[in-house]
Amino acid sequence: MKTSLDNSVVTRRNSVLRVINSIKTSDIVRTSKRIKHSYRQIRTEKIFRRTLIFMGVAMVLLVLGIMLTLIVESVPSIKSLGIGYLWGKVWDPVRDIYGAYPFLLGTLLTSFLALAISVPFSFAVAIVLGEYYPKGWLSNLLKNTVELIAAVPSVIYGFWGLAVLVPIVRSFETKVGVQPVGIGIFSASLILSVMIIPYAASLGRAMIQMVPSQLKEAASALGATRWEVIRSVILPYTKSGLFAGILLSLGRALGETMAVTMVIGNTSLIPKNIFSPGNTMASVIANEFTEADHPVYLSALIELGLVLFLVTVVINMIGKRIIKRYTTV
Amino acid sequence: MNAHIKYRIGKSRGFQALTIVLACACVVPLIAILAYIFKEGITKINWHFFTNVPKPVGEPGGGIANALLGSVIVISVASLIAIPVGILCGIYLSENKTTKLAYWCGLCVDVLQGVPSIVIGIIAYFWLVKPFGSFSALSGSIALSIMMLPIVIRSTEETLKLLPDSLKEAAFALGMPFHRVILKVIVPCGISGILSGVMLSVARIAGETAPLLFTAFGNPYLSVSITKPMQTLPLLIFNYATSPYNDWHDLAWGASLVLLAWVLLLNIITKITTRKWKVQL
Amino acid sequence: MESTIVSTKGFNAYFGTNHVVKDVNIDIPQNNVVAVMGPSGCGKTTFLRCINRMHELIPGATANGTIMLHNENVYDMHPIFVRLKIGMVFQRPNPFPNLSIYDNVIAGYKLNGIKLPKEEKDRIVEHSLTKSALWNEVKDALHKKGNFLSGGQQQRLCIARAIAMEPEVLLLDEPTSALDPISTSSIEALLHDLKKNYTLIIVTHNMQQAARVSDRTAFFYLGELVEYDDTKKMFTNPKDTRTQNYITGRFS
Repeated sequence: MKTSLDNSVVTRRNSVLRVINSIKTSDIVRTSKRIKHSYRQIRTEKIFRRTLIFMGVAMVLLVLGIMLTLIVESVPSIKSLGIGYLWGKVWDPVRDIYGAYPFLLGTLLTSFLALAISVPFSFAVAIVLGEYYPKGWLSNLLKNTVELIAAVPSVIYGFWGLAVLVPIVRSFETKVGVQPVGIGIFSASLILSVMIIPYAASLGRAMIQMVPSQLKEAASALGATRWEVIRSVILPYTKSGLFAGILLSLGRALGETMAVTMVIGNTSLIPKNIFSPGNTMASVIANEFTEADHPVYLSALIELGLVLFLVTVVINMIGKRIIKRYTTV
Repeated sequence: MNAHIKYRIGKSRGFQALTIVLACACVVPLIAILAYIFKEGITKINWHFFTNVPKPVGEPGGGIANALLGSVIVISVASLIAIPVGILCGIYLSENKTTKLAYWCGLCVDVLQGVPSIVIGIIAYFWLVKPFGSFSALSGSIALSIMMLPIVIRSTEETLKLLPDSLKEAAFALGMPFHRVILKVIVPCGISGILSGVMLSVARIAGETAPLLFTAFGNPYLSVSITKPMQTLPLLIFNYATSPYNDWHDLAWGASLVLLAWVLLLNIITKITTRKWKVQL
Repeated sequence: MESTIVSTKGFNAYFGTNHVVKDVNIDIPQNNVVAVMGPSGCGKTTFLRCINRMHELIPGATANGTIMLHNENVYDMHPIFVRLKIGMVFQRPNPFPNLSIYDNVIAGYKLNGIKLPKEEKDRIVEHSLTKSALWNEVKDALHKKGNFLSGGQQQRLCIARAIAMEPEVLLLDEPTSALDPISTSSIEALLHDLKKNYTLIIVTHNMQQAARVSDRTAFFYLGELVEYDDTKKMFTNPKDTRTQNYITGRFS
């Protein structure tokens, strides 16, 4: 009885020993290290996931915070000036009279004039790069150069405009027979039109390149010329995309501050024609924000910022929606 | 019939010529600007220009040392804030495509991308300048970092979304925890795209003036304290270019050339390095 | 005597409301090659991914039931531990493109942040590459990136990467479907050697492959485990008519 028990213990111990011997010590060390390590990893993993979510929340809070700040800070102006502020025709902080109409008009004039000048150019770039010469070093050069237009800081555009463009516009104005000021809405629009070329151009190029080649081939096979293919296939197919490009350019033009501020003349009078000096919403904020010495004055400027914010955000969102719908379908 | 076809072909050719002319015309103003800035700026630049601060009106000489240093400090602090936050947020968006928070977060990034820079300046003024009672470089940095965020976030997100799922599977199957899969496998494979987004965002804010008008404000003296007003290159150009003094215009031309060279160099380096860093998948 | 290493009880998997794996009960014996075959869309890959919880990466995929590894339910363990013990090789070779061959093999250690002395790393790399029959081909190019390797070599690199972690079970999800016949035969030969140290579960839609490499075969059809038996028995004398139809090529 006793011996048999001993025997079974011995055999069991031997089998255990065999198992232990078969495992290399380095394996055991490695395995235990790995498990300890892994517990630490699991904790870090949790922290990492939470950090990511926190970042997502922070981004939402940031935008909400921006909106809230703008709204709260424009309350004094909304309260004391009311909704009529937006079409009040006189802006005279010294006499405490505030009307945003000159700036709304100035913004709309400069932006749409700039858009009208730049659209033919940016569409030409889009068509050349998207359809005529999609590859090759020359088109690469054109593409990169046009992209560089967006890279030049706006303050440099402004400075160049002040030094070079304004004298040219002045002599042009002398010829046309308006009062030769040089600085004014027309100069600002010219500068802006150069600055916004790349936005519609690069988007338009991408859209044109996405046109299925079967469609183009089908039209060519029917005997259509290159121009007819562009007009009857490519332009209809890409029209919403091109429209989105125009919207993004417009959004950019509306919000542009420095270049405009430097050449527009900064008067708060209602512009008589496109050559007269004026002010945009962005430029009046840039000029008068640090001088605004009483609450309603400051608040009136911030309300302009709020309007600018809402308008550009809406325009950008519509543009982005169109692009998203266009690229996913 | 034949005449009609000829007319159509002629029209097509004419249109092609017109678009090419218009497209090439776009390059003219850019070249004009670059050439003019170079011509005006190059004569003002010398060693003295980089090592001195501006002199008062009437005294010759003076340089842009304070603005250069200020730009470097303001941009560095902005990058320190925006790059980690932007990359993490981009990772969040690429990893969570379906959650509600991701939808709202993506929407907010879109909104942020469209906010005019002057509005960001107003915001930074109310968040950081008014409560602390003084214009400061830090508030300027934060305004700039808000402008960087959407670019960094979107480029990170788009890059990571393009990486094949098999990469992530391989990493998870080795028992790697989520954060290591992301930081050791996914991010290194997408580094070229992320890096190009980061550099583009730096290039973009390097020339920004509007958000700094009511935050960093400008400072004619050399300053390294981020809680005090600080001069930056774009601010110096704006202030001096709109002044009535010729000496100051000269300084502004020199500064413009430096800023332009800096920004264009960043753009070109971005193009080259990202090609070099690209991981072959 | 063979002991069971993985066993499932009442295991179900879903994609949203789609029931893709239905009530599977299976016992996998240790140091065997078990082939899982069936027509495409029968849930075999999903089932395989559920064993080391890789299905959790797919949004909308859920599972219930138990999968025991020895005496532990893998669904009670943290996925990291599960995946350390159950390695996986995928349909398409997926070496890390940013790492050298050497770093790819020890990726499980390196990327997990486990520090090892250099000799230990060298030993693991040589050992794993030898086992995966790649050592002779790449020993002079260990520190080059892996993208010059052929598809078959890349797949063997992925196997080396998996066995470097010394898992107990190795899951292979159609490991040869993206490879040419020569690479396929070298991988199949490799599987035969690997079963000395590991338990292999291989998903394949290729019957001949299942017959060649496996000791036991499971036949899945429309998410159900129809038949699970010794490979020889299954191919010579299937019990279920559906298995018979599949083997004789009546549907595929």
